[in-house]
Amino acid sequence: MSEIHAETAYVRTEMLPEQAPPITAAGPVKWMRENLFSSPLNAILTVLSIIVIYYVLQGILPWMVNGIWNADSLSECREIRDARGGSSEHGHGVACWAVLGDRWHQLTFGFYPSDLYWRPILALALFLAALAPVLFDTVPRKMFILTAAAPFICAWLLWGGTIWGPLMIAVGFVIGWAIFKFGAPAIGALSATIAAILIPILYWLFIAGPIAGALSGAIPIGIEAVPSDDFGGFLLAFVIGASGIILSMPLGIVLALGRQSDLFIINKFSVIFIEVIRGVPLIVWLFTASLLLNYFLPPGTNFDLMLRVIIMVTLFSSAYIAEVIRGGLAALPRGQYEGADSLGLNYWQSMQLIILPQALKISIPGIVSSFIGLFKDTVLVVFVGLSDPIGFSNLIRATTDWNGIYWELFIFIGLCFFICCYGMSRYSQYLERKLRTDHR
Amino acid sequence: MATMTDPPVEGFRLSQLIYDTRYRSMTIQVVAFVLIMLGLVWLANNVVTNLQALGKDFDFGFLGNRAGYDINQRLVEYSNDSTHGRAAIVGILNTLLVAVLGCITATVLGVFAGVLRLSKNWIVSRLMSVYVEGFRNIPLLLWILVIFAVMTEGTPQPRDFRGEDAEASMILGDSVAITNRGIYIPNLVFNRSLGGNEVDADTGAVIASQSAGDIILLLAVIIAGFLASGFIGRRATAIQEKTGVRPPGTFWMRLGAVVVPALIVLVALGATLEYPELRGFNFADGIHLRNSLIALWFALSLYTGAFIAEIVRAGIMAVSKGQTEAAFALGMRPSWTMNLVILPQALRVIIPPLISQFLNLTKNSSLAIAVGYMDVRSTLGGITINQTGRELEGMLLLGLFYLITSLIISGAMNIYNNSVKLQER
Repeated sequence: MSEIHAETAYVRTEMLPEQAPPITAAGPVKWMRENLFSSPLNAILTVLSIIVIYYVLQGILPWMVNGIWNADSLSECREIRDARGGSSEHGHGVACWAVLGDRWHQLTFGFYPSDLYWRPILALALFLAALAPVLFDTVPRKMFILTAAAPFICAWLLWGGTIWGPLMIAVGFVIGWAIFKFGAPAIGALSATIAAILIPILYWLFIAGPIAGALSGAIPIGIEAVPSDDFGGFLLAFVIGASGIILSMPLGIVLALGRQSDLFIINKFSVIFIEVIRGVPLIVWLFTASLLLNYFLPPGTNFDLMLRVIIMVTLFSSAYIAEVIRGGLAALPRGQYEGADSLGLNYWQSMQLIILPQALKISIPGIVSSFIGLFKDTVLVVFVGLSDPIGFSNLIRATTDWNGIYWELFIFIGLCFFICCYGMSRYSQYLERKLRTDHR
Repeated sequence: MATMTDPPVEGFRLSQLIYDTRYRSMTIQVVAFVLIMLGLVWLANNVVTNLQALGKDFDFGFLGNRAGYDINQRLVEYSNDSTHGRAAIVGILNTLLVAVLGCITATVLGVFAGVLRLSKNWIVSRLMSVYVEGFRNIPLLLWILVIFAVMTEGTPQPRDFRGEDAEASMILGDSVAITNRGIYIPNLVFNRSLGGNEVDADTGAVIASQSAGDIILLLAVIIAGFLASGFIGRRATAIQEKTGVRPPGTFWMRLGAVVVPALIVLVALGATLEYPELRGFNFADGIHLRNSLIALWFALSLYTGAFIAEIVRAGIMAVSKGQTEAAFALGMRPSWTMNLVILPQALRVIIPPLISQFLNLTKNSSLAIAVGYMDVRSTLGGITINQTGRELEGMLLLGLFYLITSLIISGAMNIYNNSVKLQER
């Protein structure tokens, strides 16, 4: 080797020091060349975008940042602004965030008694804790016991009253489960299923009420009752949204299976139900719930407007979810159905073990966007007289203190909705990545 | 020795209805049918009892009665002496107007935003993400209210336009006035209107006017122009496929087929523009676009546009990269690749959800209630119900209108889907 080196003098014996890359091929300049100015059209778009962003920020930022946080009314806000030697030539001057400090409790809790605010907050915490094992599989499985109990505890915390009402309703589910679990070996799966559905319904209709009444008379355990009329603001949106989401999922699955079913009558009824619900806007259904429901019920029955709205929202959303899940069912290769049949599984077994897990996985994005839609649609209840956040923004504006305040309230409400809905959509993307089993 | 015996012939036992899969599905269906029918009969029975208790009947005769209320935006002749049925039609037309306007602008916005969101330009794609996520995650109702507030609170009053050094001025060459009462734009009027013109008594000059006949004639000519243009295009394609050469000047012929007849009609009718003008306390002449229409239209377009942007993006991304590469390998230009290879495949993915977004937009137009736009829900499902007390009939008709609209649109979508479906085994 060394001889060759001696002869070939043109080979460099020491390494050249590394040189920095040309300025246009590295660092921010390269990034800008590639991402902002890669072609004349792109350069024009970039400049236009920057101008747009500049004007928007220039209009909004000073207004937001210089906002006034301590005032009791809009007129006081304006006095403070003028005292600052404010920018009144701009027209609207600065934001008056003080309205949020003054009225945040109405926007979040409505007319819920202020000394009982801990109850909705506790219910929310419980709800989130109960949701954890459903959302993330790293949470211990034992938490599912909490998940099963949470709906009843949350309802009790929110509405208050005697504990025996929710407890007796929960007992109905336990009865149904016990009949199914222990009755199936004795009387056969089909009879046990029918009994497990019929007996709890009879129990709720005829037995639960009197027992709960008797027990609350004998052992009065309860907390102060809060009527539904006092619910408002984001509390109302959350309660309607969460109940709608929880209740519409099973109903949607049943409807989707009905629509895919070979049984002619069940298929046609599912199709009619889904198409009628989907063909008519939610507002019309909400008006139906508030104006017409009394026509369809036996004379004399009258129940809570909020409950009616929850039922309507649930039915509405279940039709949309049914369509999403039907898409998932239709997207499964035919071989999956045939494979399940060839294993000798019956209909429910094949659905539960083979078809639905895959179909639901495919439909996750659609289901979550239905949920987001449902949560956003809860603001429509303002038109049937419930006070959701938008209803409260109107109420706040109607008071003399805050007459004429728009943007601060809109921004607050919009931001809250954005955080919830964006969170949901990010979670669905996470779930999609986690459940992806194909190797790509 | 094996003997073959027939299987024992059993009589039909009742338990077979449950345990024999041959009969079980029948049993389930019959039971379900009976239960559902019982439920429906129960509901119908309740309705009859409740109506009797209230002393009401079920009658659509109220549609022929005098309405007695005014509608501020009407596309057809209507006064408060007209019937409730007429009011419902005015409402339906208003719903359809905002739905059609919204669908057009939402599609344009959505396609732009969807394509730009895929752009390599970092700042543009981020900007479009902000737009899409912002509108998708905030309720439509809030956007309608925000835009309505911008229109009513953030724009000058008509009196600000008065005087020498007015605070506000009209834009686009003094033709459009944006005020807090709405936007005033020029109107198309005709000196030789089909509906006849009045003559100014003093000067003898013809007063330009507009009648339904003029507009229908103009629209008919434009539609005929488009049909003719399509025919020319198809003929040119047929010739090109036969001979390999596209007839020269096809593009200009197609353009002319649309523009020339329309221009001839405009000239023949003596078309001029009637500009809005400040008279008294308000603007007169021109077309008055009310704030309610503007807020509803813009909010619906921006909101649905965000959803359409996602659909367009998904559609373009669904076409595999190999298609582009194959087209380039064939030596196609980028524009041909887009038009002949990518778009036809992307459209198959885009169109069905796009049409269901149009459907959503139409249904969402019922949020008109938030800004007092007189759509079918406010006339038939609002004031008419309040005045006649016929909530059952009114809501039924309202529901039927939306249902039929949806079924028509989804029926059209199914036909389209079947026509572009990939032919598989």
